[in-house]
Amino acid sequence: MAEKIKKIIVALAGNPNSGKTTIFNSLTGMRQHVGNYPGVTVEKKQGLCRYQDYELDIIDLPGTYSLTAYSTEEVVTRNFIIEQKPDVVVDVIDASNIERNLYLAVQLMELNVPLVLAFNMSDIARQRGLVFDIEKLSTLLGVKIVQTVGNKQQGIDELLKATVEISQQPRKDYAAIVKYGGEIENEIEKLQQKFDELHNSRWIVIKLLEQDADVSKHIQNQEILSAVQNSIKHLNTIFAEEPEIIIADRRYGFISGACQEAVKNTIEGRHNRSDMIDTVITNKILGLPIFIALMYIVFDLTFRFGEWPMGWLESFFGWLGQTVTGFWPTGSDNVLKSLLVDGIIGGVGGVVVFLPNIMLLFAAIAILEDSGYMARAAFVTDRLMHKIGLHGKSFIPMLIGFGCSVPAIMACRILENRRNRITTILITPLMSCGARLTIYALIIPAFFREEWRGPVMWLIYFIGIALAVISAKILRITLLKGETIPYVMELPPYRMPTLKAVLIHMWERGWLYLKKAGTIILLLSIVLWVAARYPRIDVDKLANLNDTDAQTAMLKHSVIGRAGVTLEPILKPLGFDYKIATALIGALAAKEVFVAQMGIVYAVTEHEDVSVLQKKLSSDYTPLQGFCIMLFCLISAPCIATAVITRSETGAWKWAILQFGGLTAMAYIVTLVVYQAGMILSG
Amino acid sequence: MKIQEQTCLTNITNGTKVRLLKIDAGRGLKARLAAMGLLAGVEFKVINNGHPGPFVIGLKGSRMVLGRGMAGKIIVKSSES
Repeated sequence: MAEKIKKIIVALAGNPNSGKTTIFNSLTGMRQHVGNYPGVTVEKKQGLCRYQDYELDIIDLPGTYSLTAYSTEEVVTRNFIIEQKPDVVVDVIDASNIERNLYLAVQLMELNVPLVLAFNMSDIARQRGLVFDIEKLSTLLGVKIVQTVGNKQQGIDELLKATVEISQQPRKDYAAIVKYGGEIENEIEKLQQKFDELHNSRWIVIKLLEQDADVSKHIQNQEILSAVQNSIKHLNTIFAEEPEIIIADRRYGFISGACQEAVKNTIEGRHNRSDMIDTVITNKILGLPIFIALMYIVFDLTFRFGEWPMGWLESFFGWLGQTVTGFWPTGSDNVLKSLLVDGIIGGVGGVVVFLPNIMLLFAAIAILEDSGYMARAAFVTDRLMHKIGLHGKSFIPMLIGFGCSVPAIMACRILENRRNRITTILITPLMSCGARLTIYALIIPAFFREEWRGPVMWLIYFIGIALAVISAKILRITLLKGETIPYVMELPPYRMPTLKAVLIHMWERGWLYLKKAGTIILLLSIVLWVAARYPRIDVDKLANLNDTDAQTAMLKHSVIGRAGVTLEPILKPLGFDYKIATALIGALAAKEVFVAQMGIVYAVTEHEDVSVLQKKLSSDYTPLQGFCIMLFCLISAPCIATAVITRSETGAWKWAILQFGGLTAMAYIVTLVVYQAGMILSG
Repeated sequence: MKIQEQTCLTNITNGTKVRLLKIDAGRGLKARLAAMGLLAGVEFKVINNGHPGPFVIGLKGSRMVLGRGMAGKIIVKSSES
């Protein structure tokens, strides 16, 4: 008989820092992809793995400590298990921190899912003096346990074997693994009768007694709800405490009972080394300088080392463009050529060119996260960032924003809390990115004397930061209001990051960027290309003009040029004419395009020095207008790449639109005030 | 062993072992802490009282960070001899 591949759906659950990701990487290697759970901005990783005649479809669930309804991750985890009914759930447990990790395992058992426990990092646990009687623990819990060392590929085969075995066995009933004691059990039994034999009625009843908002929402029957209220009231009187606290207490009691019998701790001191490192890293004097030094390295790595591959990519696309141009006779004005060279090759180049930055940045972030530093960095800056309603970790995307908003917004994934993440994403474009630096480099020398150039540049950067701080504060008290989730987290011990994990992380982010953002950015670049060239002007009208003047005439005739003229009256109060307006629209493709567009509007040929354009600018505009151009470019409409990445990272166009519209409105108001005030002051 | 009076966690010095008496907080926060193992009767050690920086405790073989506001709501009794 021909072998038949059987499919098994495996969900990977576990606490944060349990090494779940290393297990996932060991199982799936590069055969994984990242998506989002529908409706929420929680990342969903999925990967395939072959074992014997089975194909395992492995879903990496978010890291959680528990299955309450207090965080999105927990709700996502549990809904996935309830709705998708995976064939097996593998719970990855940090073997050196077994009690807290088993808390999740016990709740998974109450959910009555086929379960395998992976005691991960068992080598470290052994080094730290923990001795497990696996067989005994397995009997006490009634569940299969496999010892693994994820980063050394140990126990992976056994884990796969156990997973396949469990999937083929009849389901066990674990629901009553924890006995909650006479009083609570009485109430559970009473309520359970109202659910006639539903397969997970015990779990539902326990959740109702825990006053779980998400489960209660799904119960329509008023009779049941009032019976639940009575039970809660009754238990509350007996224990003088909320039932959910008593329930948690009993679960921990059960776990610690099991551990006392099956786990021996021979040495105390898992954290000695980590604690010692922490006295330096989170030291009150050294903490901040160390953080700043590390951030400098991350920034430097991302942009300085990124420059080389970026240069290669740029020259590659330049070469490609030239080669394609070569297919047509010199000087020919073919639409297809222009579309291929300027539209498509230029557009693809514009997308791919960010790739080295993104991959390097995520390699650095992976190292910071996997080593355990990121958890510390969060509170080194927390005091400062908290004042503006952001998390300590928001510092990282904001810093990266000085290089480029696109990787910066992707870096916001390190923020677990959704409100923090969205606030940070929205304000990140206010950090002056590298592309805007080219605008400042054009304007500042044109209008300001040598000794003023430094301070003006500094002022522009400072205004961006100040506006970001103010905007964050405003967002946090209006649209993204709500208490920052009370700050409790586990501090993972320092660990050596593995090369494999770093590479996978880097690859995954790069691919995600190309796939999700790349396509839309490319499409929009082509739209802008069309808008800058069509409708075409009559060739006769260009007959007696030289090349540069013809280009200027063509731009004026195009959609963008006309839009510039149309917008002139609106932009007039800011000190902008149609030329600036045209360049601003062109700058939507990428901020540095502003400079090129100004060059075209002013009919400066490509061969001429930038100082020619600067001279023309300084004769046409006042320094006040120059300053207002920079101000408007700093604040207004982020480039389309930023808008698209904001859409894909927040999961909704509304945030991208709000960011785009909000920043443009802010730019308008700020520039208007500055220009008008400047006009009055200068008489 | 001398029995000390109950006090709030922020008053405990580094390296002291304490026993949790109660948490003066709302249902949601209490439940979150309970899920992490912070329940009445549990023993833990103050690793760093967070002046400045994080408030770190050692509980059940792991390190946990608490917000300062939260540490102020946790009532403990020193169990150091």
